Amino acid sequence: MSDLETGNTRDFEQGLRASADAPARFDSHKHSTLDRIQHRLHANPELVPLIVLVLSVAVFGVLLGAKFFSPFTLTLILQQVAIVGIVGCAQSLVVLTAGIDLSVGAIMVLSSVVMGQFTFRYGLPVELAVLCGLACGALCGFINGALVAVMRLPPFIVTLGMWQIVLASNFLYSANETIRSQDIAREAALLQFFGEKINIQGAVFTYGVIALFVLVLVLNYVLNHTAWGRHVYAIGDDPDAAELAGVRVARIRISVYTLAGLICALAGWAMIGRLGSVSPTTGQFTNIESITAVVIGGISLFGGRGSVLGMLFGALIVGVFSLGLRLIGTDPQWTYLLIGVLIISAVAIDQWIRKVAA
Amino acid sequence: MTRSPILTARGLVKRYGRVVALDRADFDLYPGEVLAVIGDNGAGKSTLIKALSGAVTPDEGEIRLDGAPVHFTAPMQARAAGIETVYQNLALSPALSIADNMFMGRELRTPGFLGRYLRKLDRKAMERIAREKLTELGLMTIQNINQAVETLSGGQRQGVAVARAAAFGSKVVIMDEPTAALGVKESRRVLELIKDVRRRGLPIVLISHNMPHVFEVADRIHIHRLGRRIAVIDPKAYSMSDAVAIMTGAMDPPEADAAA
Repeated sequence: MSDLETGNTRDFEQGLRASADAPARFDSHKHSTLDRIQHRLHANPELVPLIVLVLSVAVFGVLLGAKFFSPFTLTLILQQVAIVGIVGCAQSLVVLTAGIDLSVGAIMVLSSVVMGQFTFRYGLPVELAVLCGLACGALCGFINGALVAVMRLPPFIVTLGMWQIVLASNFLYSANETIRSQDIAREAALLQFFGEKINIQGAVFTYGVIALFVLVLVLNYVLNHTAWGRHVYAIGDDPDAAELAGVRVARIRISVYTLAGLICALAGWAMIGRLGSVSPTTGQFTNIESITAVVIGGISLFGGRGSVLGMLFGALIVGVFSLGLRLIGTDPQWTYLLIGVLIISAVAIDQWIRKVAA
Repeated sequence: MTRSPILTARGLVKRYGRVVALDRADFDLYPGEVLAVIGDNGAGKSTLIKALSGAVTPDEGEIRLDGAPVHFTAPMQARAAGIETVYQNLALSPALSIADNMFMGRELRTPGFLGRYLRKLDRKAMERIAREKLTELGLMTIQNINQAVETLSGGQRQGVAVARAAAFGSKVVIMDEPTAALGVKESRRVLELIKDVRRRGLPIVLISHNMPHVFEVADRIHIHRLGRRIAVIDPKAYSMSDAVAIMTGAMDPPEADAAA
């Protein structure tokens, strides 16, 4: 009876005999050009922003000529982008895990205020004050991470709350007091470290710009060539799958938010270098600007896709548009309008790339 | 039986509030066999499997692997002990490559300074091993081991998940509904994979609702009902309708086999 049964049960599979019998076949059939582009973009998410960046530099170069294409102007863009770029690194890490960090700007400002006030109010050695500022940023990030990973609160809500809390703490603690640039230069020059410049034939590189490039390269290495980096992507992709596959999801999440906080504190330090002074009222738009850089840079807000190089290109695109349009002399509202178009296009392209199929 | 079981469970109890998912459940898996676990929805078979794979910690009872008691509180611990699970959702990260996925959570680092201090991954070695493991299971016509998993078909993804389990499972491979989401042809491929893995000597626990598949590959069938094992039957001695009848309570379980 059982023989009969087993025989019958496979009858419906008889039709398979005639069908192709090769084991799983991986990607051999021909693709159209569009398919190939889609696959290429899928494998290299930073390509789209890179192409847009090159095109926009070329267009402004043609329109403005030497006024735009001078070493001074091009490096000025880098200086203007440095702070947002560094904060964008922090934002990239969080967004790759499918989170979002609205508190980055506030953490940056609070950390810079801590560095300044610890030096001038308490008379701490400036090195120690800088370390305290960095620790302050990391602590804020850690609180975000713990609330997201352990309490399982949505990152949007957690960081929306932290944004208000940190910003309010910043104003309460600093009593809205700015530390003047001259005082810093005289007594605590280390705070302005990232404002130092290297001048190469008209091209001006601040240490802040160099810090941005180093940070991007380091993060690019860490994200692509270490287990931690792969786990960050896996968590953004599908946290449950990552957990089952052996990733310690909560621990990695906390480390991501803590590192993001630390990077924001670094941005706070770099901001003192850029402004010269410590001001509790700056950086109000850094949140949105960092998210803009991340999105235009092709990092998916749904997590797991994109690269920190793309974020850098995204930040540079915004910088090129802002300065280029200002040099042309248009109303600055055109900049915002075009950036808005870029944001929506970037997300549309992201959705298209996601649909890649075998 | 003269062989000693490789994985056993005795008197497992797991309660979720007032619901008793496992009610003194027993389990035995012998070396080299395919043991199918069947049961109606809510019978507690997935809780049983989660207990064996470390995803759930039972409230009472004992699990022994190779005769030694084990207490898993996380899937990682079960994996470290040599029990690999192919979950129904496959636990793959779609955007990452085949090689990345196979080594998720147990990546290899480059020897020397780069690996120790910069924690650099040994991509070459991981790709080579991944390719070997897929080839062993006849899954290799892959040109690109760095292809993202989301560009693969359902059957290919299943193949990657099975290859990962077979590559690292030193003692037991558990498969949860491996054919549930697949078409006829891809299911056939996965059943062949299961037989391949068995031929290589690894015992398999197969959870499935698909009776033809169960009867085709299983050496023994563990029937779960109301939170416990009520029978273990030989698929050659019973028909599918008997198995379904026992599973749903329409037929009394055979007494003698219950303790086998």
